[in-house]
Amino acid sequence: MKNVLLFVVMGVLLILVGTMQSWNVALAILNMCLISAVMALGVNIQWGYAGLFNAGVMGFTALGGLAAIVVSVAPVPAAWDAGGARAILGLLAGLATIVGGIWLWKKLPVSRTARIWLTALLAASGYGLMRLILDPAVDAIEAVEPAMTGFLGGFGLPIMFSWIVGGIFAAIVAWAIGKVALGLRSDYLAIATLGISEIIIYFLKNEDWLTRGVKNVNGLPRPVPYEIDLQGALWFHDVAAWVGIPVVEASSLIVKLNYVVLFLVVLIAIFWLSERALRSPWGRMMRAIRDNEIAAGAMGKNVTGRHLQVFVLGSAVIGIAGAMLATLDGQFTPASYQPLRFTFLVWVMVIVGGSGNNLGSILGGFVIWFFWIEAEPIGLALMNFVTSGMAIDSPLRLHLLENAAHTRLMTMGLILLLVLRFSPRGLIPEVKR
Amino acid sequence: MLIDLLNALALIGNFVLVPGIAYGSQLALGALGVTMVYAVLRFSNFAHGETMSFGAMVTILVTWVLQARGFGLGPLPTALLALPIGMIVTIGLCLGTDRLVYRYYREKKAVPVTYLIVSVGVLFFLSGLIRFIIGPKDQVFADGQRFIMKARAFKEMTGLDQGLAIKTSQGITVITAVMIVALLFWFLNRTRTGKSMRAYSDNEDLALLSGINPERVVMITWIITGALAAIAGTLYGLDKGYKPFTYLGLVLPIFASAIVGGVGNPLGAIAGGFVIAFSELLVTFAYKRVVGYLTPGDWVPDGLVQLLSTDYKLAVSFFILVIVLLIKPTGIFSGKTL
Repeated sequence: MKNVLLFVVMGVLLILVGTMQSWNVALAILNMCLISAVMALGVNIQWGYAGLFNAGVMGFTALGGLAAIVVSVAPVPAAWDAGGARAILGLLAGLATIVGGIWLWKKLPVSRTARIWLTALLAASGYGLMRLILDPAVDAIEAVEPAMTGFLGGFGLPIMFSWIVGGIFAAIVAWAIGKVALGLRSDYLAIATLGISEIIIYFLKNEDWLTRGVKNVNGLPRPVPYEIDLQGALWFHDVAAWVGIPVVEASSLIVKLNYVVLFLVVLIAIFWLSERALRSPWGRMMRAIRDNEIAAGAMGKNVTGRHLQVFVLGSAVIGIAGAMLATLDGQFTPASYQPLRFTFLVWVMVIVGGSGNNLGSILGGFVIWFFWIEAEPIGLALMNFVTSGMAIDSPLRLHLLENAAHTRLMTMGLILLLVLRFSPRGLIPEVKR
Repeated sequence: MLIDLLNALALIGNFVLVPGIAYGSQLALGALGVTMVYAVLRFSNFAHGETMSFGAMVTILVTWVLQARGFGLGPLPTALLALPIGMIVTIGLCLGTDRLVYRYYREKKAVPVTYLIVSVGVLFFLSGLIRFIIGPKDQVFADGQRFIMKARAFKEMTGLDQGLAIKTSQGITVITAVMIVALLFWFLNRTRTGKSMRAYSDNEDLALLSGINPERVVMITWIITGALAAIAGTLYGLDKGYKPFTYLGLVLPIFASAIVGGVGNPLGAIAGGFVIAFSELLVTFAYKRVVGYLTPGDWVPDGLVQLLSTDYKLAVSFFILVIVLLIKPTGIFSGKTL
């Protein structure tokens, strides 16, 4: 009952924004709330089910964005002619080096020191070979009309495929990082994921042949109609006139509503699957491992193996959310990925919502995103009120007003600390089964 | 022939050795702070980067006041005069967060990962506070003489083609780091309080039985951590310019330094800092001109002869971290002793 009430309050808040600011703003917030909820579900699978701290949410989100490019953008034939085959050959050389290195490391019947040196030698020479093949191809590709393309483009498929591909990308990286960092002390995973997420962002910023880097990829194709087409359609004019909303506003509302429906379907599907998993014997085992690793290990459960599994699954969900985010934005801007916004904010959502409870994570995604956006006008209003007694051009007042936006970081930190301290189980606590 | 060799050495000295020593000292000071918190409070403090940033910010604010009043240190940057105040305020911040935030979890005997999340909350709050006070933009606060040795002076002195410049900030960084580290080791190894800290870090229960007051140990740890953070943050800011957002990015190389050396081991933190700093510079250095000097004739390679583009600096610390986790997760000095 209390849970329903919480969601009703959330809905009322969104409706308030709709009536007081505008419905467009309210729907934009709702769309981001839905995506945030999916991200929070992914983190909750890792943290709530298994107690794993993933500090690299940003990286997995960005990999989803990469998937959106690779899947949906039309291929650039000139770039493929210039260096496509060679680039693929270079990547294959890199892949072969990695596979060969792992094989050497695992299988070679020599002493440990010899193995370390041989693997290092193979890695170095393989890397050199890859660079030798790849570098000219990269130069050739980036030279193809750099102002317009300068990258390979994608496969030109419908962008909704990228939601699955984004999940797969994130899962692959998560598997690799989990293989290295899981099974060691708990904070090593946090530091390793923090590192890989930064590197993913650097990679996306600098590998122009794949992502156009900081030149961004704009105008990703949409899964929903374009406003301009709606505005051109006669039937739409009739509908708008019948509802009584100006055509331009109506078109943008309809587009956003379309997104809401799509995202809602994904959210409900992932929520349903997560709940099923949590209630299954698998979920029970995960909780057993989380609550007492040693006891679970003694019962014959493969703790590290299950951790790897749940880490990959959670990251895949985050990757899906990342692809959805790029779809909604209609563009891919690697420079916009900031750890505070994409990693730690999602953590606030999960903790505030209630770790271990999927419904809680969804609510947390909604509440925190809502206040992340609305904290800015609220903070500004508050600062205006605080400074109303000061002279109009007092430097302190100007400084406070100018930096009012940063109060939201402080607010989020404060919310996280207060919830951890006074209500560590969150808004919707985990149900003990 | 010899001249070519010397030129190549000067080139490496200018672009790898000197910056590497300075950057390594900064990382070592940062990693020392992380490692102290880990050894005594037993958690990885994600907020350490922001603590450094906070210390640098306070120092900058005081520097501005001093500069406006006309105080200065002549050739040395005024920030050195302001640093003690920065240290005191940062220590106050550390003690304050411990009192308000961390102490509760210590009494509850929370698991390390809870502390980790708590430190994320502190990180969030601090980064907001810093941006609120000083704004998100770059700040320049270095003054005084910019160079100890200018590239041209070196060329005139030695007659080489390649210059070797040493910035004042680099010199100050190294001297300060050496002094601080010496002081820290003297404190940990020679004083009664330092010994009690080491005992506490080594075996908490045994230390409690011997009558060591845990709250006092924790307090001193935070005092040292705060002071180290303020120094490291200010030196980094002096050397590379102060930008609030860069300090979050420093967390990764700092943690990598601490883990490479063995978390909880101060000697390891220093070694790790230099390992990370030099690897970063050696891997991203363009060897083009060095190869040119070392090969006979006027031949110079076409490419930059760079192992990894400078944009991937961070990847270096990450890969070293991964290698250490794979080969020797306890680090070079097999950590967890102070």
